Amino acid sequence: MEKFEIIRTGAVPLPIENIDTDQIIPARFLKATSREGFGENLFRDWRYSSSGEPKRDFVLNNSRYKGQVLLAGKNFGCGSSREHAAWAIYDAGFRVVISSYFADIFRGNALNNGLLPLQVTDEVLQRLFALVEADPQTEFVINLPEQELYLPASGERIPFAIDPYKKECLIKGYDDIDFLVSQKEAITAYESTRAWIY
Amino acid sequence: MGKTLFDKIWDAHVVRSIPGGLGVFYIDRHLIHEVTSPQAFDELEARQLSLHNPAQIVATADHNVPTRNQHLPIQDQLSRFQVDKLTSNCEKYGVELFGLGHPNQGIVHVIGPELGITQPGMTIVCGDSHTSTHGAFGAIAFGIGTSQVAQVMATQCLLLSRPRKMRISVEGELRKGVTAKDLILYVIAKLGTGGATGYFVEYAGSAIRSLSMEGRMTVCNMSIEMGARGGMIAPDETTYTYLKGRPHAPQGKLWEQALAYWRTLYTEEGAEFDAEFHFDAADMAPMITYGTNPGMGIAINSTIPASVPANEAVSFEKSLQYMGFAPGESLLGKEVNFVFIGSCTNSRIEDLRQVAAYVKGKQKASHVEAIIVPGSKQVELQAREEGLDKLLAEAGFELREPGCSACLAMNEDKIPAGAYCVSTSNRNFEGRQGPGSRTLLASPLVAAITAVEGKIVDITQYLN
Repeated sequence: MEKFEIIRTGAVPLPIENIDTDQIIPARFLKATSREGFGENLFRDWRYSSSGEPKRDFVLNNSRYKGQVLLAGKNFGCGSSREHAAWAIYDAGFRVVISSYFADIFRGNALNNGLLPLQVTDEVLQRLFALVEADPQTEFVINLPEQELYLPASGERIPFAIDPYKKECLIKGYDDIDFLVSQKEAITAYESTRAWIY
Repeated sequence: MGKTLFDKIWDAHVVRSIPGGLGVFYIDRHLIHEVTSPQAFDELEARQLSLHNPAQIVATADHNVPTRNQHLPIQDQLSRFQVDKLTSNCEKYGVELFGLGHPNQGIVHVIGPELGITQPGMTIVCGDSHTSTHGAFGAIAFGIGTSQVAQVMATQCLLLSRPRKMRISVEGELRKGVTAKDLILYVIAKLGTGGATGYFVEYAGSAIRSLSMEGRMTVCNMSIEMGARGGMIAPDETTYTYLKGRPHAPQGKLWEQALAYWRTLYTEEGAEFDAEFHFDAADMAPMITYGTNPGMGIAINSTIPASVPANEAVSFEKSLQYMGFAPGESLLGKEVNFVFIGSCTNSRIEDLRQVAAYVKGKQKASHVEAIIVPGSKQVELQAREEGLDKLLAEAGFELREPGCSACLAMNEDKIPAGAYCVSTSNRNFEGRQGPGSRTLLASPLVAAITAVEGKIVDITQYLN
């Protein structure tokens, strides 16, 4: 996993609520057996017509908006557990998704792939949408070690929460699997105490 | 303070806690399928890790398989490659596979219970969000991503934070024509599509207790559609009767031992939940969804809301525009061209029996294509043994072979753009059943009646 510290970038706004993982990456693109290349089909049916033409009114096709932050409406990533959704967002160049809340499985998948799900309040989210709408060049500084979203234009600093272990993993580029494998002894000891059955 | 059902099972599976709130959490059973496992096997390979214990994993091919001519090679190259990859991975790592053509093949959440793999008190995971289905047996069961699939393969554990607890109690008797599917669609409509995010739900109350195991599975299956990590129901005699004698269920003395343990799995008096909801079964009606998330449901004979709070207006409007409906409108009389009966929500024998019982001697409307995709080979065989296949065929319904099919339209079973499909599946997201498809979620009974009438009707008028 790539290391994550401080990112200074622009944001791409998608002010729609309940964006489900079928929109992020439709099931028909899940036939691949590797993790790469999902970015080109990110938001496929919102982004392209059935004949493959880019839809002009969709934000990813609007060159005014650029950056590594995807700014999205509340309950982002609901629905299917497909990790392909996190892979597609990351593969398309995003490192952060900001929303006012995330579906549980998506949040976990994002963290396991170096993609930061950054949760703010509904009120802050609406303000961020307004800022980006007023000025698509609005700069976002995401400082993970300080757990702070900084907006240089206004000088505003917005703190955010993250599990301390997950934060360390992101900063150092560690995966859960490294940690779990290091726990084998405890796992085997646990198994020996287990009931008769399962 | 008493313990909840959830606490009892959760606490029994914590290997160790680590500072900051996460814990190493033990997983008893791991179900895998062709779509979310290949990258996990690759990860093991890249890290030169082996499986912690192959005997705790069961595999099947379901998401991406054709539902016709399963005895022939899969036509779609990518699909065939993905299914073959599952087969070769299972052979290489020694995992039991119920692949295409195997008598135990089927949708992962149908075969687990059917084979007795799913048992009370277990922790069960699968790279699929509808793993919550298995909670119907009093298990902690939930969907995971592919990185976590690899973690469980390598260590039989996950790093998890403890979810909050919610109890949803439904008391009283369901009215005629109101099924488990309507019950859960009603609850989701009340709580909203993100209403239970961060929670693990226990369903309780007399209306839940009186459901069959199939009905309980339907309820727990859709827990994820309100954002819940999972849903569960305390095991009881209905659970034990269902499980006894199934191939993977404990036998003889072990059964007695298991039963004694399972009887301790209930929420004690005075146990506390972080959130509680109470509903009256008598308030529930046959449901249907009108929008593009499962929380957008209404009683079939009522109307789409005329307006929503200002902050939800953009999403509401987008959703109705996609569906081709107007605020305040009734769905009654809307013509429907497709009916899909299947998916891990409603493809069990009880669902097929209900559909067959209604359509017996009737004929589907000529403009409707009605397909029934059984949840497993076992369900399909049982339907044939009971003669349901003939009743369905006579009524113009096509009984296919098992798989996830048009629930997510990964295979060729797609609903055309713009067409309406009354579907017994779990998601009505944009394009879920094929690009541009318009899904209306409902019970198998509503689906059957819709197929015969060719339009949305007030089904309460059609029950004798």
